[in-house]
Parts: sequence; C-alpha cells; structure tokens
Amino acid sequence: MRNKETSDLEISLLLEAIFQKYGYDFREYSQAHIRRRIMNRMAVSQFEDIAEIQSKVLNDATFASEILQDLSITVTEMFRDPLFYRSLRENVIPILKTYPFIKIWHAGCATGEEAYSMAILLQEEGLYERTTIYATDFNQMALNRAKDGIFSNKMIKEYTSNYQLAGGKESFSNYYTSNYDNVIMNQSLKKNIVWANHNLVTDSVFAEVNLILCRNVLIYFDKNLQNKVQTLFYNSLINGGILCLGSKESLRFSDLYAHYIELDTKQRIFKKKY
Amino acid sequence: MYYEAIVIGVSSGGMKALKFLSSSLPIHFSIPIIIVQHLSSKSDSHWIHLLNEKSQLNVKEVDEKEKITKGYIYIAPPNYHLMIEKDQTFSLTIDERVNFARPSIDVLFESAAEVFKNKLIGIVLTGSNSDGTNGIIRIKKYGGLAIIQDPTTAESEYMPKSAIAAIIPDHVLSLEKIIELLLKIDHKNK
Repeated sequence: MRNKETSDLEISLLLEAIFQKYGYDFREYSQAHIRRRIMNRMAVSQFEDIAEIQSKVLNDATFASEILQDLSITVTEMFRDPLFYRSLRENVIPILKTYPFIKIWHAGCATGEEAYSMAILLQEEGLYERTTIYATDFNQMALNRAKDGIFSNKMIKEYTSNYQLAGGKESFSNYYTSNYDNVIMNQSLKKNIVWANHNLVTDSVFAEVNLILCRNVLIYFDKNLQNKVQTLFYNSLINGGILCLGSKESLRFSDLYAHYIELDTKQRIFKKKY
Repeated sequence: MYYEAIVIGVSSGGMKALKFLSSSLPIHFSIPIIIVQHLSSKSDSHWIHLLNEKSQLNVKEVDEKEKITKGYIYIAPPNYHLMIEKDQTFSLTIDERVNFARPSIDVLFESAAEVFKNKLIGIVLTGSNSDGTNGIIRIKKYGGLAIIQDPTTAESEYMPKSAIAAIIPDHVLSLEKIIELLLKIDHKNK
C-alpha cells in the first residue's frame, strides 16, 4: 500500500496544478471527498500513481475536463427533501408575495432538477411571472443538461411522490411530456430561468437577490471556504432576504449566524436581519 | 495497542443489534463509535432518540464538520455518505450510492482506515448485502482490527459471511462476546 502521506501530498499538488492551469479551485474542498474521487479515477483509468494523473491533466484538456466532472457533484433530484419545499410554501412564499419583483439565486444547481422544482412551486403560488431564477453552476456540462430540461423517466415515480409530499397542488405529470425513456420539462417552466456559469469558490457576488437556494454544496467545502461562501451569500441578499441550505448544513458555526433569524430550524431556512 | 475509534456497519436486522450494543456499553467506555446503518432515505431521527434514551453513552446523528469525541456513538444521517477527515472531523456527501446504499459502509470504513490506520476497530454486523466487505479489507490492510458478527448468530448472515470470505478476521463472535471484547480492549486502552 502506497504511503498515505505521499499520496496526500500528490493530491494537493494535483489540485494546485488544476488551479494554476485551468482556474478551478478545489484546494479548500473536503479532503476525504477529493481523495475518494481521485482514487476512483485511478482505479477506473488504471493509473500507477497520482503524479501520472497530474501530468495528464496538464497536457490533455479533454482529460482535464473529465477530472473536473469527477470532482464535481451532480447528484440531485426533483423536490429533494419534500418537507423543505413544503416549508418554503408555508413560510417563505408569503414573504415573497410582498415583493413586486423577485430574484432567486440557485447556487450550485447541477443538472437543474431543483431549479425546475422551484419554478413549479412558484407557478402554483402565482409568483412565477414576476420571478427570475438565476441558476448557476461551475460545471458547464451539467448546466447544458439543465438547460435542456430532459430527464430520465426512471426517476419520475420518486419525483412524483416527492412532489406530492412537498404539497403539490396539481398532477405532477402536467409539468412534463414523455418521450421514450425521457421526460421533457414544460417550456413555460424554463421561461424565467437564467442558466449561468458561476463558480462559488473563485467568482464574486452574482446579483442582489431576495432568496438564495444552495443545498448540499457547502458540505463539500472546508470550514474556511464555507465561511467565505457564507459571506458571499450574505452580501448577495437584500435585507430580509432568505437563505436556504441543505438539510445537514448549518449556519451555526458561521461568523454570520448572528445576522440571521431562523425561519425553520429543521429545514435550514434563514432570514437575513434588517 | 491504543485504539482511537470503532466503526460499525449494519444493515437488515440492525435495529435489534444496535439496541443491544448501545444499551450494553457503560458510561465510561472511552473509544468513540461511528455507525453506518442502512435505513430508508426518508427515515427521521426518532430512531436515534430511542437509542439515546436506552444508552449510557450519547447517541447522536452526525453533524458535518463535527469533531469526533469519546463518550459518543455517532450515526450517519440517512441519504448521506459519511467520511472522516484527517483532523478527525466528519464530512457528509451526497455522492452516488455505493453498493446501492447511501450511506455506504465501505465509504465510511475506507476513509476511517486512512485516518486511523492501525488504531481502528472495524465491526461488520448483520445484513443482507455485501456493503462493508471492501471497507473491512481496507481496515485490515492498514493494520486495524477486524471483528465480524458470527453469521450463525446474525439475523441476516449474508453481510458477515461476505466479510469473512474476503479477509482473515481477528474475531468472529456473537454480539454478547463482541461487547465483552470491546470492554476488555477499552480497559487496556486507558
């Protein structure tokens, strides 16, 4: 078994190389996670050691983009954590209804399932026409898929159940058309979603918004990076704006905790103080 | 030998096994215990409250970035993989399922082996799939201690059998004997 300390060093050199050459910064990601993804890649592509990956990354842009896909998480689902969406409906929609225009930033949207979920919810609440959803990710391949809005029908049963648990008011099948093994999301849902490439780690404030949705992204970051991104979110929210995190993500350890009110502690929904 | 952590993997039949385990360990037990149990992705934390009530130790669901502390039994939250960082804090991820499971026992065991090396005890209990087998192989490779529930005493024999087929376990024991062994190890650990 290869010496763990040596391979740790090789991983940090690899991340440095990716950053210097391509500008993607994974240096403050959870190390255990990065390590697992790199080791998987080594097994799949039968590399001898991590240094070999580094050399290939530097000299082969196609391979580098494969490594980016390895390090980027695109696991998501429609109405993931249905009770969160139910709480959005009950606790946040009434606040959004008070604004003439609504801007939502969905940071780290991956392949877009949750952005479509949000669009559906807003449509049912009569708010979609005055809303813009900025759905961003650093992974362009995932963004392209999100924009297409075509998803495998294998998951539809689960999504339908999620939608119902989330307090859905219609039949979920009203929102897509089936096409062989896929479903295509309705054009009317895409209308006010702006898909944009944005990197939370290296890019700055995106826009001033009423609500930020960023779920299961921060868990991949170390504490220092989490704090940086929390500052970015704080600066992007209007006073009274809403921050929605993943069900296992907390603001409690952040320096900014005191600047928010907890709207729903369990569902991790926070409101920026005035 | 000084052990820093115990990792446990358990699947079907796990409710009974974990109830027994958590209620049998005394308040002064000093090695932190980290558990992956396969549960439905929608299960709530009621089960953990129940275990905590019956245990002299603190049973809790893992919070991300939490530091591993003695006196605790940690349980991975449903629908997240659980990993351990070099600084002995927890990380959660929503990566793809491994062995159809999230949390996966292999994911926890492999990352724990890399952090604790030969100061780790890995335990595979009852279950009806082969999750945990790759993990226990990794634990043995790093010189950790492998304890497998005696399949004849397990509610589901498949998971312990799969682990036994892959390594030479240090101990194959009933739950009662596993507790006895852990108490002995903990006694020497101080």
